[in-house]
Amino acid sequence: MFGAERLSLFDLNEQQSSILYDIRLPRIMLGACVGASLAVAGAGLQSLLRNPLAEPYLLGVSNGAALGTMLAFVFFESFEFSRPLLAFAGAALAMIAVYRMAQSRAGMNVERLVLSGVIVTTFLSSVIVMLTTLLDAAKLRSFTFWLLGDLSQATRGGVYLSFAAVIIGTIILTSQARALNLMMIGERDAFDFGVEVSRVRLLVFGSASLVVGAAVAASGSVGYVGLIVPHLVRLSVGSDNRLVVPFSAIAGAIFVVLADTIARTAIAPRELPVGAITALVGAPMFIYLLRRN
Amino acid sequence: MLDVRDISVGYGEYDVLSAVSVEMRPGRIIGLLGANGAGKTTLIRTLNGTLAPRSGEITLDGRPLETMSRREVARNIAVVAQENETRFPVTVLEFVLAGRFVYGNNFGWETEKDVDLARAALSDCDLTFFGQRPMNSLSGGERQRVVLARALATGARVLLLDEPTANLDLAHQAMMLRLVRERCREQGASAVVITHDLNLAAEFADDVIMLKAGKIAAKGPPSEVLTNINIKNVFDVDALLDQNPSSGKVRVTAVY
Repeated sequence: MFGAERLSLFDLNEQQSSILYDIRLPRIMLGACVGASLAVAGAGLQSLLRNPLAEPYLLGVSNGAALGTMLAFVFFESFEFSRPLLAFAGAALAMIAVYRMAQSRAGMNVERLVLSGVIVTTFLSSVIVMLTTLLDAAKLRSFTFWLLGDLSQATRGGVYLSFAAVIIGTIILTSQARALNLMMIGERDAFDFGVEVSRVRLLVFGSASLVVGAAVAASGSVGYVGLIVPHLVRLSVGSDNRLVVPFSAIAGAIFVVLADTIARTAIAPRELPVGAITALVGAPMFIYLLRRN
Repeated sequence: MLDVRDISVGYGEYDVLSAVSVEMRPGRIIGLLGANGAGKTTLIRTLNGTLAPRSGEITLDGRPLETMSRREVARNIAVVAQENETRFPVTVLEFVLAGRFVYGNNFGWETEKDVDLARAALSDCDLTFFGQRPMNSLSGGERQRVVLARALATGARVLLLDEPTANLDLAHQAMMLRLVRERCREQGASAVVITHDLNLAAEFADDVIMLKAGKIAAKGPPSEVLTNINIKNVFDVDALLDQNPSSGKVRVTAVY
């Protein structure tokens, strides 16, 4: 992408063409799908939970998917679809666990949700670490990289799957956007004004699990995308989820592709995991949002 | 239109409401009075289907409420409750348009009619120029009026108001209840209004219900219900009664 040589798309030798179509393009496509996935999941969860800090990574949902992926990796390696399937299941279970823990008699406040997310995240991390003892050294290294969010293993199959998931997930979330506008004001308000709250919750949790599961199975836990992107989108288009959700998908795709380009080139020829770049931007933003709340 | 027959509502072991009956009729306002914890808010939450009664029946135009979808209930019944703050920068107009949710399809945007109704409701509530203001920048009283505007924008025929005047100055208290009365008189709506202000109830309500410990202690026109005996019984307060020199309605003065 930033090569010193001028290339024409129509005049590539076999090696160049292979680099472009088998390595670079799937990686960019996957980055775009992962970014869109995490951003729409963040936008949906934030409105549903009335909490601008809700984010798949911070809520432990990404780690749930990571654990699912890892279980598939360790125990069902021969079964191709076991990774995304178990990632989806892991994401959904983690989400339900955090949601249940965060609820109290007095409702759900920001701190309680974030704390529940931390607890679930650390618990799942420790299970993941225990499972890594079952891996050999070479696998362990690639796994560690993957865990931090890594797009370098992009395959066509992974791209297709993530693409399908993010299209379905974004359509479902956008279809619930108007209901989410009411949920964002308050669950009771939403109910009073005709939203079938439990149905919307199921659809949002379901589609967030779907997109996060697919994204994590393909690229590991890229953090903070779901926090940064919807926040920036809201600054420019306002809070209406009918705009926030689709624009988050686009902005998330761009954000992760850019972050990955930096990750790939900053210390070339060595690579950084893309999750390290997104966290570098995201963690200070989390503190900023927390203080502003 | 909305009929409540002999309902009991409870949380866990005990009943918060027992044997309560209410008949809401087009054009009429019911003032709901009672000490804290008497079950007033529980009654309103039951009337709009949030809580299910343990026994008894609620019907809207003859149809049991529990057989209706959430959308159908919301088309007919609007609630004005105390509002929590939202952490997202929602504008006043967006907030009021939320009241039109049941008239759109999923992906749909509001129609011009929705926006017109929302703007009309805002202007009725003395909020014409507030449309683009973020909700979080409003004072308590302004928020309360926006919440009323949202309920009016729904066009619902049944209005349930939980202490709508709590944060309002004198002028806006009267404005709010006048708006509710207009909606009832002119469009055949019906309202239940919870208030702690007995005089406001006397002025604006056609009927008054006094709740005590989940049971109806008295029910009827304000002049019949607002008596020394009932007020002593429900609020444990001695009161002097006379007539409001301007409206001729009963006036209650608590004796401290």
